[in-house]
Amino acid sequence: MVRTALDQPALELSSIKKSFGGVHALKDVSFKINKGEVVGLLGDNGAGKSTLVKCIAGIHAPDGGDIKVNGNNVIITSPEDARAVGIETVYQDLAKIPEFNIVQNLFLNREIKHPNPILGWLGWLDSKTMIKRAKKSLNRLNTRIPSYNEQIHNLSGGQRQAIAIARAVNWGADIVIMDEPTAALGVEQSAQVNDLIKVISSQGVAVLLISHNMQHVVETCDRAVVLYQGRSVADVAVADVTKEDLVGLITGATDAAA
Amino acid sequence: MSVQTLSLTQFKQIAFNRDAYIYYMFLGVLFFFAIILHDTAFLTVSNFMNIVKQTAPLTIMAVGLTFALAVGHIDLSIGSVVALSALVGALLLQYTGIPLAVAGALLVGITVGLINGFLIERLQVSSLLITLGTMGIITGIARQLTNLESVPIINQDFTYLFGAGKVFGLPILLIWTLVIGGLAYIVLNKLAAGRHLLAVGGSPAASRAMGIKVTRVRIYALLASSTAAALAGLLYAGRLHGARYTLGEADLLTVIAAVAIGGTSLFGGRACIIGAILGSWLMGMINNGLILSGFSTNEQMIARGIILIMAVAIGVKELKNG
Repeated sequence: MVRTALDQPALELSSIKKSFGGVHALKDVSFKINKGEVVGLLGDNGAGKSTLVKCIAGIHAPDGGDIKVNGNNVIITSPEDARAVGIETVYQDLAKIPEFNIVQNLFLNREIKHPNPILGWLGWLDSKTMIKRAKKSLNRLNTRIPSYNEQIHNLSGGQRQAIAIARAVNWGADIVIMDEPTAALGVEQSAQVNDLIKVISSQGVAVLLISHNMQHVVETCDRAVVLYQGRSVADVAVADVTKEDLVGLITGATDAAA
Repeated sequence: MSVQTLSLTQFKQIAFNRDAYIYYMFLGVLFFFAIILHDTAFLTVSNFMNIVKQTAPLTIMAVGLTFALAVGHIDLSIGSVVALSALVGALLLQYTGIPLAVAGALLVGITVGLINGFLIERLQVSSLLITLGTMGIITGIARQLTNLESVPIINQDFTYLFGAGKVFGLPILLIWTLVIGGLAYIVLNKLAAGRHLLAVGGSPAASRAMGIKVTRVRIYALLASSTAAALAGLLYAGRLHGARYTLGEADLLTVIAAVAIGGTSLFGGRACIIGAILGSWLMGMINNGLILSGFSTNEQMIARGIILIMAVAIGVKELKNG
């Protein structure tokens, strides 16, 4: 199995289980993501991808199994917990406030307060610093934005996705989970998002990419983990397999043990 | 892009910005009445001070309602809170001093706000229906409280503080308007709390995903709206030297129209305090102008209704285009 140069696990999942009533959504999921690695999470509808993402992001608490972040066992029971250990999720629906401008969205609920202690205690916003930092973090991601005062709903889908990714990285995330980041995007904008994923992984961020788009996975990911009926059935280096192999694993046509 | 087109876009952004409508309307109505009523006292400082004094309770209500609208709620109970808070304040003044009377009156607003907030969030029913219900309940309590009798206020300090007083030559009601308006402006535009209010109004799902406590923020907004209405009740009681169950009864339409015309979205996510203040002064000016022109109260109500529909029409058009 091919390993990346940075062979330090950022996120390790072992034997994650989750059921809803009698439905065993996750039976046994184990895999790890190294720092700076992009791992694609594949699986048919109902294979357990969304449930797994929700377990890692703190929306569901897993029934069993261990999650390790940077080698330490962590218990994640809320989105705040996930954030506290450095896991950020970029949601499919581009969770943003349409009426807000770029800077306001980037710093939503993480506003930088005024340095004066009294004003800071009141929650007085330090807009200048926020604009400065927004520029810096978007520059770091090679994202060009027409104007920082632009309202989010005037931006293209790719730019919005870039803002969402910048928000995650900006907050010092070590692990970024992306749920179908290119689902709503055209070819050119998907390519921009792919570039962005490469940029952040080159900065040491571990990325878990959930995607239906096989081409996207092959182009962006180092490894692919396949879920089948609630189990992780394959963990392969993308360079070693063909798209057809992956499809076979997803549909269960290829024997995973092989 | 040439310099000329850029400046044209910028001009359009500034000139056709929704927040700017209120300034045009304000100036338009001012000129209209100034010309029509040139042989009356309309265009005098004392008349404008009168308008400001008369509309002070409405302005405070409008500022409060802006908070409820910012999170995407409506608060129909504010008119009834005005009456109950004024009556409670006036009754308490018969037994105790100003601090307790004021506290009691404001407590009416705080209680109603919390009840509104908890019911809306717990039952997940639209704020329109819940506050329509609490409006009925509070109106009933206000009528019951004194058997429809008025309660006079003879405490001179109270009527000075909440009505007739002057500070640096300015009517104290103007000071109240500016202080409350200024505080609200700071909260909405400068503080993280205001950012969160607008975020919740803009997209509750996105706010929740970013860890904002949506329920709590919405309850705070309704609390602000009804506490402001309770203060408005005190201002009415101070100016009129007494309280009556009819206070605030007819204000709801005016206040909603004032806030809507001032650029606050009736669907959440966008709020403008300066617009709300100018909007309520505009409503006061229109009323005043209509009175000086010899129109009746009934005709003024028709005018208010038309203005509300116009304001909402502008808002809905913006929503579709946006």
